[in-house]
Amino acid sequence: MSAFLEIRRLSARLRGTPHRLLRSVDICVEAGAVRGLVGESGAGKSMIGKAVLGVLPKVVEVVEGAIVLDGDDLLAMPPAERRRLVGAKTAMIPQDPLTALNPSRRIGPQITDRLTDILGWTKARAATRAAEVLEEVRIPEPARVMRLYPHELSGGMRQRVLIAAAFAAEPKLIVADEPTTALDVTVQKQILRLISEMQARHGTALLFVTHDLGVVAKICDSLSVLYAGKVVEDTSVERFFAGPAHPYSAALLQATPRHTDPAGSLMPVSRAVLDSVTAEIAEADAGWVSHG
Amino acid sequence: MLVLRSLIARLVTTAVTLFGVAVIVFVVIRVVPGNPIAMMLPPGATEADIERLKTLYGLDKSIAEQFAIWLAAVLHGDFGTSISTRQPVLSLVLNRLPATLELSILALLIAVALGLALAVLGTRFRDRKTEAGVDIVNGIGLSVPDFLWGLLLILLFGVLWPVFSISGRVSPRLELPFVSQFYLFESLLRLRFDLTRDLLGHMIMPALALALPLAAIIAQVLKQSLKETVNLDYAVLARTKGYKETRVILAEALPNAVLPTLTLVGVQFTFLIGGTVIIERLFSYEGLGNMAIDAVINRDLPLIQGIVILFAVIFTVVNLAVDMSYALLNPKLRHA
Repeated sequence: MSAFLEIRRLSARLRGTPHRLLRSVDICVEAGAVRGLVGESGAGKSMIGKAVLGVLPKVVEVVEGAIVLDGDDLLAMPPAERRRLVGAKTAMIPQDPLTALNPSRRIGPQITDRLTDILGWTKARAATRAAEVLEEVRIPEPARVMRLYPHELSGGMRQRVLIAAAFAAEPKLIVADEPTTALDVTVQKQILRLISEMQARHGTALLFVTHDLGVVAKICDSLSVLYAGKVVEDTSVERFFAGPAHPYSAALLQATPRHTDPAGSLMPVSRAVLDSVTAEIAEADAGWVSHG
Repeated sequence: MLVLRSLIARLVTTAVTLFGVAVIVFVVIRVVPGNPIAMMLPPGATEADIERLKTLYGLDKSIAEQFAIWLAAVLHGDFGTSISTRQPVLSLVLNRLPATLELSILALLIAVALGLALAVLGTRFRDRKTEAGVDIVNGIGLSVPDFLWGLLLILLFGVLWPVFSISGRVSPRLELPFVSQFYLFESLLRLRFDLTRDLLGHMIMPALALALPLAAIIAQVLKQSLKETVNLDYAVLARTKGYKETRVILAEALPNAVLPTLTLVGVQFTFLIGGTVIIERLFSYEGLGNMAIDAVINRDLPLIQGIVILFAVIFTVVNLAVDMSYALLNPKLRHA
């Protein structure tokens, strides 16, 4: 398999400060494969997804590296071209379905807009396609739902709509940013299964951002463990759950609550592990020369 | 059912408001110094003459009695007769209303267009020099009152570079084929664009004077609202679809950012209509506001009352229209 997305030595920092938020990140997503991106809050996992999609907040500045999508380095091309390429080849499944749909626009156009405006499809063809994908994510009466406004749908339904919208243009890569975090626990499982099913059927590469190792075990082929903007482990899911190589990964795995052992299940990452990983990052920073 | 109930509640509130306005204006114009009789009689009139006229106009009765008589007549559609022109107040007022409406609406359109353009420009180039420029323009627009804008415009485009007419509503030499008082509107309907041009040449400066402060308010509030909206999740998602920033602002952010601005525009529009009183005077524009000043100078009590009540009705209608458009623009309210 070839890499569809290859992030090489990507560093980003808070604009105007020497403080690095991403530290020479290398991540590779094979075509049609699912790569998990795990880490605690603030580790920079969402930021990597945003960097790929070109929607980093203005305060974050990429200082070095390459984001190679299907052979083209996104960071080396003019913004307009990059925008079109990203719009045509990738899609995003956002975290919070309650805020990710525009409240004043009907569902239909929010699925078809990319097809007609960016990809140049006819309205009729786009509408047919939208109904098709809505059916695929098991939304009943797609034609009716397309005429509704977001507030007329439940959270779970809205996330289905967003998944349908993401798959509508048959992207080669989807960035899913904690797509189940904002949902009800009962709905989480269904949505996760749906994403996994759609991914397999369409053969889409998936960059799956999550803090939940249980989710990784269910859906991912490989994963990158992130700490303070640095990839501390890059491995396959089998190897990771058999025994992670990095002490931080091991501690993270131990900290995951298990249904089999509810009593002693919550284990914080130990001080010693944190100290060692912090020292590792300090060492990496010392060897890195800022170009800014 | 719910719609009907809220409509009835609305009508009751309106009636109470109008009654309150009627009481206030009735009392105030009778307790301030000066009276219409003094304006009508030549110097040297005797006490007896004054008393006779007072009785004739019913001004010898108590204010409460006068009010009761006036209110009873108004409820029958009779707003009385103007003391200074001896014509029915209602027809005088309705004859002038279209001129003021056309001016106010033109001013509103200019304000909305200008405010919208500035807000979008400032948002598109946010946190850059362009936004600072927009803020400066807003600051100037906000701090200079409408009548000063009027004087400034007269100086610029009436005197130094005379491209617009500085007084009146239409050039007196023109033959007007109009059947209504809505000159501008009718000239468009009749496709008499030569007349439209002349009318606009007269209206553009007073309209701009009224519009500039409102445009600045709209620009400031809308820009703030837009800047918050362009960072929301659905706007970010639209960017990942491949949309340009301008399109994200116009298609995704604007429809949602407009809602908080709308209420403000409604309130500010009523201020704008109030502003026509001075601006119409400044430009000798034959509208209600100009007539109001004449009425006050002449202490023409029935006419003042008629004009003020009409202004109150306009304010109420504007507020109602704003509330209705709010429901129309917000899908959530539409279904409630």
